[in-house]
Amino acid sequence: MNDWGDDSIPPILFREYHNLLTVFLQFLFSGLTVGAVYALVGIGFNITYNATSIINLAQGEFVVIGGLMMWFFYISLKLPFFVSVALTIFTAGVVGLLMERLTIKPLKNPDLLLMIMITIAVSIVLRGILMFSFGKEPYVYPAFTEGEPLNISGAIIQQQALWVVGITGFCIVLLFLFFKKTMMGKAMLACAVNPTAAKLVGINVSQMVMLSFILSAIVGAIGGMAITPISLMEYDKGPMLAVKGFCAAIMGGLGSNRGAVLGGFIIGVLESMTAGYLHSGSKDAVALVILLMILFFKPSGLFVSKTMLQLRKF
Amino acid sequence: MNKVTEKLLVVLLAVLTVVLLIGNVHAKEPYKIGALFAVTGPASFLGEPEKNTALMLEEQINKAGGINGHPVKIIIEDTKSDETQAVLSAKKLLENDKVLAIVGPSTTGESMALVPIMNNAKTPLLSCAAGAPITQPVSERYWIFKTPQYDTSAVEAIYEYMKKQGISKVGIITISTGFGDAGRKALQEIAPKYGITILADEKYGPKDSDMTTQLTKIKASGAQAVINWSVGPGQVIVTKNWHALRMDIPLYQSHGWGSKKNIELAGKAAEGVIAPLGRLVVWEKLPDKHPQKALLKKYTQDYEARYKSEPGTFGGHAYDSIMMLVDAIKKVGPNKKKIRDYIETKIKNWPGTGGVFNMSKSDHCGLDKNAFEMVVVKDGDWSLLK
Amino acid sequence: MKKEDVLSLLVLVLLFVLFPLLSNSSYTLTIGIFAGINSLVAIGLCILMGYAGQVSLGQAGFYGIGAYVSSILSLHAGLPVILSAVCGMIVAAFAAVILAVPALRLKGHYLAVATLGFGEIIYIILNEWGPGGPSGFGDIPHVSVLGYTLVSTEEYFYLIWVLVTAVMFFSINLIKSRTGRALRAIHDSELACNAMGLNVTAIKIKVFILSAVYASLAGSLYAHYVTFISPSSFSLFYSILVLMMVIVGGITNLWGAIIGAVVITVLPELLRKFEELDVLVYGLILTLTLMFFRKGLVPLIAEKLKKFRGPAVAEH
Repeated sequence: MNDWGDDSIPPILFREYHNLLTVFLQFLFSGLTVGAVYALVGIGFNITYNATSIINLAQGEFVVIGGLMMWFFYISLKLPFFVSVALTIFTAGVVGLLMERLTIKPLKNPDLLLMIMITIAVSIVLRGILMFSFGKEPYVYPAFTEGEPLNISGAIIQQQALWVVGITGFCIVLLFLFFKKTMMGKAMLACAVNPTAAKLVGINVSQMVMLSFILSAIVGAIGGMAITPISLMEYDKGPMLAVKGFCAAIMGGLGSNRGAVLGGFIIGVLESMTAGYLHSGSKDAVALVILLMILFFKPSGLFVSKTMLQLRKF
Repeated sequence: MNKVTEKLLVVLLAVLTVVLLIGNVHAKEPYKIGALFAVTGPASFLGEPEKNTALMLEEQINKAGGINGHPVKIIIEDTKSDETQAVLSAKKLLENDKVLAIVGPSTTGESMALVPIMNNAKTPLLSCAAGAPITQPVSERYWIFKTPQYDTSAVEAIYEYMKKQGISKVGIITISTGFGDAGRKALQEIAPKYGITILADEKYGPKDSDMTTQLTKIKASGAQAVINWSVGPGQVIVTKNWHALRMDIPLYQSHGWGSKKNIELAGKAAEGVIAPLGRLVVWEKLPDKHPQKALLKKYTQDYEARYKSEPGTFGGHAYDSIMMLVDAIKKVGPNKKKIRDYIETKIKNWPGTGGVFNMSKSDHCGLDKNAFEMVVVKDGDWSLLK
Repeated sequence: MKKEDVLSLLVLVLLFVLFPLLSNSSYTLTIGIFAGINSLVAIGLCILMGYAGQVSLGQAGFYGIGAYVSSILSLHAGLPVILSAVCGMIVAAFAAVILAVPALRLKGHYLAVATLGFGEIIYIILNEWGPGGPSGFGDIPHVSVLGYTLVSTEEYFYLIWVLVTAVMFFSINLIKSRTGRALRAIHDSELACNAMGLNVTAIKIKVFILSAVYASLAGSLYAHYVTFISPSSFSLFYSILVLMMVIVGGITNLWGAIIGAVVITVLPELLRKFEELDVLVYGLILTLTLMFFRKGLVPLIAEKLKKFRGPAVAEH
């Protein structure tokens, strides 16, 4: 192939100072970092789905809003960290609220597909607004904690990645408590399964729908705030995040947060392992093929039973 | 009619004629130039500075009296980084606006989609995209020119420098878009000529958020250097990952790295990153005698004053295309065929932002690897390597 | 075929025959060409969604298969364009079967993701292994029929709209046929159909194949008209765009597909004067259209036509 007679590209075989375990761990950490993001987006989908059966395809834009608004408050206005976080969460909540009140609420007896198309149209509008306010460049701010990356038997993990995984875990626990232990959470779940019955037992369905949009926007924005120091954020990152998050939610089974988290991590790690051990050009394809396989053998996703699925219209 | 009125009438007529004549000078038909840029969509990082440059140049040229007294009208259309839209926009410019020539589009794909249209319309196109197939084979690209340097030139600049450093084994990592793909092909094609072996060939998607896996693979392959070929956030993420992994081997970037914004975004991680850059970003460090220095200084300072950001290499491509065209129209008038011939035969030793151009019948780009300077990031700023 | 459909087909033919005479600019004709290409894809999706009740986010995959297979065969294997386009349709039909057999067990959002996954996989394959990779490739031959090569915009305009009319004619007949009645029955109640002994799955797969073949035909036409293709034209965004066309036009009527395709293709051109604001305006128009014309534009137009025809009928 060349002057020295080397093979062009040797198979993955590691030189002396890299042992196989180090490399494997590195692939794993990278996969988990990316997967945590998918998981958070997937959870965002679940919240709206659980209250309305709608898949809100503007979910990715919520993540972008989180990252960009955090930059605006924290870097541009130089506000203190926690104030910036609070303001970002507040902004995202307002966007979620406005979206629901302006586009979802005015429609009575909506057709589900129509609603989903409306969320796509809204995502186009949101992207337009973000483009005008922030331009097309990427933005970044420092990691939540400064310092050297952690070293685990030769493999490194960035501190911010730990934050992302930690925040994902925290969100799941909070949401679990909310849906299982509070009256409001239970009421929200009831709305999607049977809105008429929910109304009959005195649940304010409209309010629950509104709340679910606010909540999903906040979860998305939290994800955005956490990943921006690692992955940077620009106005048009939303669609890719939405697609990956959607796949994560479906893999785990729509409506199951446990499933979305597992789905997110599986997709993230699969991508990383494929890139590491097979071929980095086809990492996304391999993850998708596995997703399709899972769906074909278990059409309701990993964590949702078939009977559960049949209870839902969609 | 008495004599006084007669005299008055003569004076009046004279004044009127003069006014009309002067008026005519000002009302000279404007020269229309079309511009196609990816102002929105995935390639908007190219289209944005290009569009700004076009707006700025239009104003500057008209303030200075236009071309031979004719004002210039640059009609800008957004291709949305999409080939179908590029075709539609080009047809609009040709049919509705009847432009003399078209500047742009921003990406190789869009430019390629326009090749048959421009050949049919017998109208010159000065593309702002780098891909070699845009102007090759020249026999089938009669009306097509481009101002960005060839990707192969950037690769040659890197390999030549590597050879001096004694590097012979590299790992490459490229973005899976037209830009990255063109770079990847050039890297593979030219490697044997410089005695360089590519030990790892990795890719990532345009919106990926972590490239640690690919870099780990490169590190494990025993490469002596990493070459990343991308534009946009990807190159910053690779830089950050490279830094976090403590890879102990130098990171080379493509000519797309040439924006201070990247150093800002990557922060400390950018220290030591090497790239072949057009002289636009390092004009301050050029000797005063350098033929490009004066125009680079003026362009950069004007642009920064107006837009509060730097034009970057890509804005420069639009500058070169537009100025080359203006030069041609100035010399040969509004004749498409003559404009084409002028650009092909008379653009010699022509200093632009991308380099000193030498167009010919066999080369519709006119730049080679000498258009680049090897630059390293040092203390948050560019520093020339010799 | 109902009288209205015959009438509508005649109007369609009249419109596209007269159009180049009224506006002889190759710019407007090119918009017409892309509207026609999009119509073909949209008609297929409309049958799939409106009549078989199946959603697909993977039409760009079939569209891409048509474009690539047809281009590669005609460019590298030297096959006549028509034959290579037919090969494209056959490949797309096979891909549709492979996808449909397992995927049609899924429903709703799960089916949407399965088809989305399929489309993305095709995209990645084209990007990774297609000729030219992400940069795409050009110099694809033009369409030639019996030794005559179509080059001008007018010729393509007529070719494409003749095909749209033919596809429409065929599709309307299909819907009015036994299969069509079965389709509507499936949409209303799958359970009842199964009970009555209809092979629901077989019918659904047939419709899936049909929509794939239409999309593939459109892809071939795109490739041979533009003569350059790259994977970016066949990404998920195109699938979503087609879905938008069908919904905006109106899912319950095949004519909705054409109207939606025309509206969505022409809209960005009309918005050019807004320059960069066009993205925002486009999004707002879409949102409002979806919110206020929930059944799509076709019922709206039909109503207007009825009002218009009402008094005229009374005069007789």
